[in-house]
Amino acid sequence: MALITEVAFHAHMRKRKIRGYVFYALCLTAVALGLVMLAALLYNVLSEGLSRLSWDFITNFPSRFPERAGIHAAILGSIYVVSIAGLVAFSLGVGAAIYLEEYAQKGTFASFIQLNIANLAGVPSIVYGILGLEIFVRIMELGKSVIAGGLTLALLVLPIVIIASQEAIRAVPPSLKEGGFALGATKWQVVRRLVLPYAFPGILTGAILAVSRAVGETAPLIVMGALTFVPFAPDGPMSRFTVLPIQIFNWVSRPQEGFHVAAAAGIIVLLVVLLTMNAFAVFLRHKFQKGTQW
Amino acid sequence: MVTTEKNLIIETKNVSVFYGDTPAVSGISLGIEREKITALIGPSGCGKTTLLRSFNRMNDLIPIARTSGEILFEGHNIYAENVDPTEIRYRIGMVFQRPNPFPKSIYDNIAFGPRINGFSGNMDELVEKSLIGAALWDEVKDRLRTSGLELSGGQQQRLCIARTLAVEPTVILMDEPCSALDPIATLAIEELMRDLSKQYSIVIVTHNMQQAARVSDYTAFITQDERRIGELVEYDDTRQIFTNPTDERTEAYITGRFG
Ligand SMILES: Nc1ncnc2c1ncn2[C@@H]1O[C@H](COP(=O)(O)OP(=O)(O)OP(=O)(O)O)[C@@H](O)[C@H]1O
Ligand SMILES: [Mg+2]
Repeated sequence: MALITEVAFHAHMRKRKIRGYVFYALCLTAVALGLVMLAALLYNVLSEGLSRLSWDFITNFPSRFPERAGIHAAILGSIYVVSIAGLVAFSLGVGAAIYLEEYAQKGTFASFIQLNIANLAGVPSIVYGILGLEIFVRIMELGKSVIAGGLTLALLVLPIVIIASQEAIRAVPPSLKEGGFALGATKWQVVRRLVLPYAFPGILTGAILAVSRAVGETAPLIVMGALTFVPFAPDGPMSRFTVLPIQIFNWVSRPQEGFHVAAAAGIIVLLVVLLTMNAFAVFLRHKFQKGTQW
Repeated sequence: MVTTEKNLIIETKNVSVFYGDTPAVSGISLGIEREKITALIGPSGCGKTTLLRSFNRMNDLIPIARTSGEILFEGHNIYAENVDPTEIRYRIGMVFQRPNPFPKSIYDNIAFGPRINGFSGNMDELVEKSLIGAALWDEVKDRLRTSGLELSGGQQQRLCIARTLAVEPTVILMDEPCSALDPIATLAIEELMRDLSKQYSIVIVTHNMQQAARVSDYTAFITQDERRIGELVEYDDTRQIFTNPTDERTEAYITGRFG
């Protein structure tokens, strides 16, 4: 007597297959729903703003007249602020991740820090705005400047960078590290020459996610005191500034239809910036994952 | 027992290694002869890897591991306070059970050790010499810039041996270096070990009785006592161990009635 009869086996097989198809259909629906939403959003924005896009739109300062308004100041402000945020968050975040994964004694203190980093990642962004206003603008007397904005966003995305980098570092095979140690490498040499190169693609993914998030943030910068009407290009770290999302937000809240069109055009630019950055990240990751030459 | 005291490169005195509070091996005293091959054999889990890793302080990398007793390397206790484990590992190299080449080119795999230790001579020559030493040169000399990960398992293991040779250690520890390899690659590595033993002192852990009998000069048999703690049962000339063991547990093990 077989363990399972032929008939029972085939009946069960049919059920198993049907379950597989149902799950497949569910997944497909989920993907389709997401794509439809994205397409609707893109269509909405493109149909309204595409005709408004022009070189002038990029190079003009804001204006009282919707058809003359441009995003020059906002785009420069975004680039400056996000660059500062990215650089600061990357160096601090990767450093912290290396410390936590490779150097810190595992114990209550380390888990306490770990828990709090996870918590910080969930704190509403406006809270970081208040923190930035207090620390950078007032206590450190940086003013409502590009650098204060960049530092505020750096704080905001720091937990993302740390957590992503930690995960990337944790994924390095222990055998790889042991191979290094067995040749007489110091801890620093193992970290620098084996762990970091191996973890780099993962770290990069985290950094790009963080920067993408920073590009789109509005609330903390408004709280911190970024301007909404900036008829000049930021000329240094202490300059006052605005950023793209704030500019867009400002235009959307105006009554004139012309500004809504400008807002749609601004959103297109913002999307292009985001997609370019993501593409760059994918490119870098691909380049480093080949892995032969570090 | 091994008696030629004067030619010991490593000597363990009453060594125990603990994971947390549990000893994995206990009270091991044995001497490793210079420029000979010493095999550690014993049933799975008896602590061969643990003991081997205590010889170059690799166990230091495991936070809960702790070692007691003395391990003398060229007469000096490597667990003494002022000893830097990094230096010990530079002098006592290790080849692991699973080949673990770095995800770098073949060339850079070999150059890694010399570079980190401050070698400033002719790297091309050193790479060639190390690959020849590990009997891999002919197979890879035309593709030194390709990734070490693209080699076969046996080639990867020889790459790891070459990588170890490149820093010219005094002792090479090998933890089941052939367990992931087919019989032909295994034979190649055994031949290589016989060659290397002219210059290097080698300690090898193996599950393969024939391998121990074929390549080693001395054999140590380790087994667990009733509390699952590894202890040294018998240590002697390989021929003695395999033809005329004094302890019945050794005999049971090598004849396959145990473990
Ligand atoms: N990192 C570790 N943490 C805790 N216990 C460990 C660790 N490594 C090994 N042990 C324990 O120590 C004992 C000896 O292990 P070891 O790996 O040295 O055995 P072995 O003789 O090499 O076995 P095998 O022949 O299967 O490789 C085992 O009981 C094992 O569970
Ligand atoms: Mg083992």
